[in-house]
Amino acid sequence: MQEVLQYIFSGITSGAIYAVIAVGFSMLYNSTELINFAHGEFVMLGALSFVTLSGPFQLPLLPAFILSVAGVAVIGMLFERLAIRTVRTPNPIVLIIITVGASIFLKGVGMLIWGKDAHTMPPFSGHPPLDIAGAKLLAQSLWIVAILFITVAGLHLFYKKTLTGKAMEACAISQKAAWLTGIPSKFMVLLAFGLSTGMGAVAGVIISPITMSSYDMGTMLGLKGFCAAMLGGLGSLWGSVIGGLLLGILEALGVGLVSSGLKDATAFLLLLFILYVRPSGIIGSVEVERF
Amino acid sequence: MDNRSNWHRIAYAALIVIVVLTGMLVSNAYHLQLLTFIGINTLLALGLNMLMGYAGQISLGHAAFYGIGAYTTAILTVHYAISPWLALPAAILIAMAIAYIVGVPTLKLSGYYLGMGTLGFGMIVHILFREWSGVTGGASGFIGIPPLELGPVSFSSGRNYFYLVWAIVLLSLIICRRIIDSRLGRGLRSIHDGEKAARAVGVNTGKLKLQVFVLSAAFSALAGFLYAHLVYFISPGTFDFITSIRIVTMVVIGGMASIWGALLGASLLTLLPEWLHSFSEFEMVVYGLILMSVMIFLPQGLTRGLMDIYERSKRQPDR
Repeated sequence: MQEVLQYIFSGITSGAIYAVIAVGFSMLYNSTELINFAHGEFVMLGALSFVTLSGPFQLPLLPAFILSVAGVAVIGMLFERLAIRTVRTPNPIVLIIITVGASIFLKGVGMLIWGKDAHTMPPFSGHPPLDIAGAKLLAQSLWIVAILFITVAGLHLFYKKTLTGKAMEACAISQKAAWLTGIPSKFMVLLAFGLSTGMGAVAGVIISPITMSSYDMGTMLGLKGFCAAMLGGLGSLWGSVIGGLLLGILEALGVGLVSSGLKDATAFLLLLFILYVRPSGIIGSVEVERF
Repeated sequence: MDNRSNWHRIAYAALIVIVVLTGMLVSNAYHLQLLTFIGINTLLALGLNMLMGYAGQISLGHAAFYGIGAYTTAILTVHYAISPWLALPAAILIAMAIAYIVGVPTLKLSGYYLGMGTLGFGMIVHILFREWSGVTGGASGFIGIPPLELGPVSFSSGRNYFYLVWAIVLLSLIICRRIIDSRLGRGLRSIHDGEKAARAVGVNTGKLKLQVFVLSAAFSALAGFLYAHLVYFISPGTFDFITSIRIVTMVVIGGMASIWGALLGASLLTLLPEWLHSFSEFEMVVYGLILMSVMIFLPQGLTRGLMDIYERSKRQPDR
């Protein structure tokens, strides 16, 4: 029992990170119907720039956090402006290759700046782990879950309460119709890229104290985040959160109770399962491209 | 004979001449192996091009079939001491059977969802290669795959293997060409142009998509077989997500819906890393930039894109 609880705690921690990544995927898909295969690389950029800002540059945590997220968001917007908007025939296959190209490019940039070594980071706070029914809960896990809920609640308010957020939702429903009512839909796409890659950076920042950060960390994290987004329902904010947490917990239980070889397979088995059984995800509209 | 098939005949003949001349002139073992790899990659790109270029269905997990071909022959020849020539049909049939089983539910998806379904399948097969160490040798790989022999001819030398692979490539190009010009090929192109319209005029789209998926799996497994007996050592890393993406890239860069595009894409993407070695640390950055720029400026791929530019330049003086 105690072991299972421990697995669930570690599952929630990694699940919260998958959830943050999944939210980034979902937000972008919502506004642009695009899946960004370079998303994991933005997670990597967030993690490594945070490590650098708070380590060698000795910035306090909060400014380092904000600076690295903002910096990555700017890179994400540049990416949209230079490589996505310029595409003449935006069909899925072309966009997939472009984002894959971007992911290789960004990985290369990461390697040039930070080298091939892994970088570490102390936890956000030095609190000792909590002891709950014999299982240890790291303070960093609480930070991660708290940041997940704060950012998602913030995004939820942004979409529902602010004019810009509502304009973005309108673009998600129909870009043309939104444009006709005077919404600058191109700017909204740019903003969606900024927000999505910024969320990627948030995931990178919160993961940096619990794992080694290196230039090639992004691919697997990106794919798992994607699985989580599919699981919850692509395009749904809270669906992504549920999908991420569920994936994290199932993965941890699979590793703990069945076999450690199952770790990476869990995400993809779940992905296939959900695609075959209910491609709209746990939460999500029933209308999907499926015959 | 119409113009087009004449053109293809000339191209086949040119390819034979180039292959024979290259085989005679190139003596550096490393260069020969590189050219052999181009042939293997052409088979991969050709198979996927049938699926992506003609039927318009994306697959981000084709490295799985490549791996299934390689691992099947490795396991059969090493563990069971079966002749590679018997392992070849086994490898292809197993890949086709798996493609059939996976294809039935997966090909019902479309667009990004199909991409993701095939990606998930590819990752699971890759993990299986890595974790099922009793059979596949696990992460450290599978050693001791025997070289190919046919009577007195041994294919362990670089030059013989080079000729073998390119003979198979030529044969495959002809087979694909024939399929494209057949009823099946016309059906596939109709799916690409509009699946609903194709169904409305009586094309059994579900069956056709499945057939071409199984066919492309067979080509990938054939490539996997040739790869395993070329390098004698396989490891899961060769058949990962990045490889799947690389095959897709070959198809797209070369030009979709063109058998020669597959050849061009495979050649470029096999040689590119070699050229990029001179960039050393900047290799990945340059590779990524090239991928992005080709897709931004020539989204039809190089074959079509360069042809368009050529035609435009020819038309210019008239204006």
